Amino acid sequence: MFSGLSRAAGINILIILAGVAAFLIVEGRTGIFGDTEEMSGSDNFLQYVGPLVFGTVYAASLALLIAAPLGVAVALYISHYAPRRLAQTLGYLVDLLAAIPSVVFGIWGVTVVAPILSGNLYPSLNENLDFLPFFSGTISTSGRSMLTAGVVLAVMILPIITAISRESFMQTPRLHEEASLALGATKWEMIRQAVLPYGRSGVISGCMLGLGRALGETMAVAIILSPSDGYFWSVLTNQNSNTIASNIALKFPEAYGLDVNRLIATGLVLFGITFLVNAFARRIANAGFSGADG
Amino acid sequence: MMLSGQITRGIPVTNDSRLSEPSQVDDHAERGVVVAGLNIFYGDFLAVADVDMHIQSKSITALIGPSGCGKSTFLRSLNRMHEVIDGARVEGSVRLDGVDLYGSEVDPVAVRRRVGMVFQRPNPFPTMSIYDNVVAGIRLNSGKLRRAETNEIVERSLRGANLWEEVKDRLDQPGSGLSGGQQQRLCIARATAVEPDVLLMDEPCSALDPISTLAIEQLMLELKQNFTIVIVTHNMQQAARVSDRTGFFNIAGTGKPGRLIEIDETKRIFSNPAQQATQDYVTGRFG
Ligand SMILES: Nc1ncnc2c1ncn2[C@@H]1O[C@H](COP(=O)(O)OP(=O)(O)OP(=O)(O)O)[C@@H](O)[C@H]1O
Ligand SMILES: [Mg+2]
Repeated sequence: MFSGLSRAAGINILIILAGVAAFLIVEGRTGIFGDTEEMSGSDNFLQYVGPLVFGTVYAASLALLIAAPLGVAVALYISHYAPRRLAQTLGYLVDLLAAIPSVVFGIWGVTVVAPILSGNLYPSLNENLDFLPFFSGTISTSGRSMLTAGVVLAVMILPIITAISRESFMQTPRLHEEASLALGATKWEMIRQAVLPYGRSGVISGCMLGLGRALGETMAVAIILSPSDGYFWSVLTNQNSNTIASNIALKFPEAYGLDVNRLIATGLVLFGITFLVNAFARRIANAGFSGADG
Repeated sequence: MMLSGQITRGIPVTNDSRLSEPSQVDDHAERGVVVAGLNIFYGDFLAVADVDMHIQSKSITALIGPSGCGKSTFLRSLNRMHEVIDGARVEGSVRLDGVDLYGSEVDPVAVRRRVGMVFQRPNPFPTMSIYDNVVAGIRLNSGKLRRAETNEIVERSLRGANLWEEVKDRLDQPGSGLSGGQQQRLCIARATAVEPDVLLMDEPCSALDPISTLAIEQLMLELKQNFTIVIVTHNMQQAARVSDRTGFFNIAGTGKPGRLIEIDETKRIFSNPAQQATQDYVTGRFG
């Protein structure tokens, strides 16, 4: 009975997935190979999607770069340092972050995060580190820059990274922790010796799920960035590459004809990127020892 | 050796008269581990009460007694592993060569470097190679070491644990790939690599087959040349075979604390103990 039900559900998922893929491919094809004369802007699809891919990957990588260390630190604090009551409360609060709609994050990013960052952090980064391409250029006065998008995305993916890392840290066998302590490890040494290796695959899965979410995030980015066409490395200026998802959200309402197909094609590209990230994550999580399996 | 010197220095010897006492008093009597008036708690629950015990240096002391009488609890209080459990604490003193391990200036981490431990279930670090497992403790204790030095330590410790011949060709493979008995010997090598003074073993053979058990018993007899060994065991023959002295713990009933009934020469405990309860336990007339 139950197995029949779950098989039906499984088949359903496959059918839906296949349907979506077919839709993307069929509709997207004309977007990729169709006559560019009938589309607005770029000469060919690669030229069109390139900056978007760049923006998507750039924003998501920034988010991961910020959220991964923070998420792991918070997870460790909750699993191994905080007193039980505090740990529970913190865990609950972090989970609550995940429940906030992304539109709200976007508005929060523009009205709160952007002014704070562009008031303090950005000028000092710009003054002291402007030999790096990331921090050069003229700072955006509104703070609606790539880094702001990255920070907001980081906050959005923090819950998933924290939750999954925390779970795997908490499952470290007591036996391994005690083995380390009995050798004369301090708490931090014990964490490096027993907890982190054990939780490695959990941390990676958490990060990859977070990255997946950041890649596909639409509203927050659409609200924060005022996009330009092209590749922009600096994360502090007004000129920023858009992301695929945000670009679709912004352009779709007014698009007609082949422009629609081209947007769908960019969706197909995003699907491909997310798919690659997942496959890659599986590879690293499975390579070498995986604590959760052993 | 340089190494053991570093480890010994881990425990600060202050000018506190309590700590420097042994040099003035009978030096010989203070060698080894001296436990006095030890009460061990889990929160409010008194698990082990009022233990006095002298564990002689470079000898094997076996602890026996029925399940739940607090043998493990007592053993873990000897290297302050007891207190890693929430709410766990002790009263009384445990002195190692005259230094109170529970002194206010003593760092539990330093204690555990001098008093090593082998657990009931073999627990090599699963992510580490055999080699890295052996030097795991060394790497904690003494920053950077030259490869030649660690190579030497690995070989010496593995030989000491009678494991060298079996693993010398696959030191870079994971420790978790060994058999249970080999893993336990790896854990012994890991514990002895840091050259502790005392080695605590909590039922180290209970997860092993008779052959591996024999190998470990043999090993204990060799290790006692260099280490003070305390072993908890449910196996009466094992206690009789390997130990010099045997302590018998008992418990009056559930919820009551475990107590040390008597400790004496192993021969005496198994032939002619002072207490009737001991006699009943070792002859299997218990309960
Ligand atoms: N983590 C803990 N928290 C609370 N009580 C504990 C804990 N560990 C042990 N105890 C209690 O302390 C008492 C002694 O337990 P201990 O494990 O030391 O016994 P033992 O003699 O080693 O038994 P066994 O021979 O079965 O290993 C028991 O009553 C046990 O329930
Ligand atoms: Mg026990």
